[in-house]
Amino acid sequence: MSKDDFLLEAEGLHKSYRMGATEVSVLRGVDLAVKKNEFIAVVGASGSGKSTLLHILGALDRPDKGVVRFEGRDLKRMRSGELNRFRNKMVGFVFQFYHLLDELNVLENVFLPTMAGKSVIGWLGSRIWAKKRAGELLGLLGLSERASHKPYQLSGGERQRVAICRALMNEPRLLLADEPTGNLDSVTGNGILNVFEELNRAGQTIVMVTHDERIAQKASRVITLADGKIK
Amino acid sequence: MYKVILAIRYLVRRRISCFSVAATALCVFVVFVVITVLSGLTAEFKRNMHRAVGDCVVSSKSMVGFGYYEQFVKILEAEDFVEAVAPVIKSYAIVDYQYGGRQRSDRGVEIMGVEPTAHSRVTGFSEWLEYDKGNVGNVFTPRYDPNLVGCVPGVAVLFDRDSEGGYKIAEELPRTKFEITSFPLTARGALAKAGAGEVNTKTFYCSDVAHSRLARADGNRIYLPFEDAQMLCGMGTVRKRVNGIHIKFKPGVRLETGRDRIAGLWQEFVVSKAGASGANLLENVRVQTWKTYSRVFVAAVETEQTMMIVIFGMIGIITVFVVFVVFYMIVSHKSKDIGILKSVGVSRGSVLALFLGFAFLVGVIGSAIGAVGGWQFLLHINQIEDWLFEHFEFQLWDRRLYAIGDIPNAIDLKVLAGIMLSAIFACFVGAAVPSWQAARCEPVDTLQVSQL
Repeated sequence: MSKDDFLLEAEGLHKSYRMGATEVSVLRGVDLAVKKNEFIAVVGASGSGKSTLLHILGALDRPDKGVVRFEGRDLKRMRSGELNRFRNKMVGFVFQFYHLLDELNVLENVFLPTMAGKSVIGWLGSRIWAKKRAGELLGLLGLSERASHKPYQLSGGERQRVAICRALMNEPRLLLADEPTGNLDSVTGNGILNVFEELNRAGQTIVMVTHDERIAQKASRVITLADGKIK
Repeated sequence: MYKVILAIRYLVRRRISCFSVAATALCVFVVFVVITVLSGLTAEFKRNMHRAVGDCVVSSKSMVGFGYYEQFVKILEAEDFVEAVAPVIKSYAIVDYQYGGRQRSDRGVEIMGVEPTAHSRVTGFSEWLEYDKGNVGNVFTPRYDPNLVGCVPGVAVLFDRDSEGGYKIAEELPRTKFEITSFPLTARGALAKAGAGEVNTKTFYCSDVAHSRLARADGNRIYLPFEDAQMLCGMGTVRKRVNGIHIKFKPGVRLETGRDRIAGLWQEFVVSKAGASGANLLENVRVQTWKTYSRVFVAAVETEQTMMIVIFGMIGIITVFVVFVVFYMIVSHKSKDIGILKSVGVSRGSVLALFLGFAFLVGVIGSAIGAVGGWQFLLHINQIEDWLFEHFEFQLWDRRLYAIGDIPNAIDLKVLAGIMLSAIFACFVGAAVPSWQAARCEPVDTLQVSQL
């Protein structure tokens, strides 16, 4: 297998946090390689460092030690503007608690990444496309009727689907999902997992963090994180 | 674009934002009203002072005065930049008079001897007359007996103020007799006729009253015919003297330029009189603009105005603090939003711009509300005061005590623009630290489950 087949590579990731007087090592040398079109589930007990790993892979956090390469480029060497563009264009995040902006309606939440990535003039030029794309994504996930609703008017499953639409808005190469079903009942959670499976079948690379091994079985590869290392 | 949308939505949907808007509006309202009213009072006072003095004054530092004034008046009248010239006698006297059933004995007043026509060309004297406005030619001739010698007391010497800021002026010119006793001084500064134990006393009859709108002049000054005043002050001797020459410049002549030219002429005049009798008195003479001449009074009013503006300007600091607190609360409450925005690639600068844009909106809306409110309040300030007086007998300034009529309410758009810009700047200052904190938020810190 050539290096070009890997979308994301992590080598020797270390991360620790200071909690009062003690330092807690969360990651202790994690190595991970994600191939294009792969659907990986990262499982582990609560506090095992799953979310920390996901944040580092998506450049929301920096490792104390180690390297993360995206399509061969070291994230550490990227300047802050490049990292912002990376988060805007290359990755899409889905969080356990959806994290939608209460001040925006569903449609606005979905096209937020496109709006955030453009200047006012750039946005004026692409807003028709962005609204159309956001509408299509909402249609794909069965939320067309909810476009003008506010997040608080939606159910948990609907909010998570809106969050998925937002994550997919800029057609990212990598979708990172942190306990996407953790706050949903099993039926709704299964619905979300089905969406992920369909996306993966369509070619989307996904890294999903979950503490539930049954949910992890939906992924094509399962990685277990324990004591800060991959088992 | 999201910055504009979110800034507007934060403003509209966060009720707490209303506090910062209200604080800004209140600050702009109060400062605008206070500055307008105080500036109006100061400007009116200066205008009245200017009208009372003319543009420039050549005056002696000593009560003895100076001679040769007639020659210098002629020199001035020949100058192309001089509009009018009026010599004056200025001194102090004791007066006895009776009006309205009250006997006023031994009252100290300022006497001012003027040539009414000349003085009116330099100052607003003819317009101040209450009974025969504009007719200065016969101002010292009492209409009830042209054979008597008239005088023009300040309006407050005879009449009391009413509650609306005017004076209770009698319909008929009062036939009041004024016994004026002065202290004539020789050219050497000694009391004239001191050895004989005499003082100059003369009786005058009220021929009009002057309302200059300057409390000091209206309450303590009596205008007398020039020659009579000169005689009373001991200045009508062989070498006639005056205390000052008031000058009005032609339109377009700058005050300082005119003053400098007069000073130059005076220097030449003093040199030409070197060695002449009484020439030493010419060295006590100053040439001043009306502003410098009146600086004791003007400076007091300006100091009061500055103090008030500083005190009310401090309200701006309170606005900064209110905006700071409100923004601190909003940023704390919106930390999740900041994390979300950063997770979709929004930069620190953009987060900073978002919250500073929000502060700008607060500043613009708050100052617009304050400006409109202040404008409306000022437009109706006198009606409001009248209403308060009618219903509660409340007056901001008791007109029986203060020499003002209507409360000044002329709006200066430059002042208003300055206040509004300062308010917007204050909002930026108040929002700066919380906005910077928001910009520095790490997304991973704000999006953690434990932070929600």
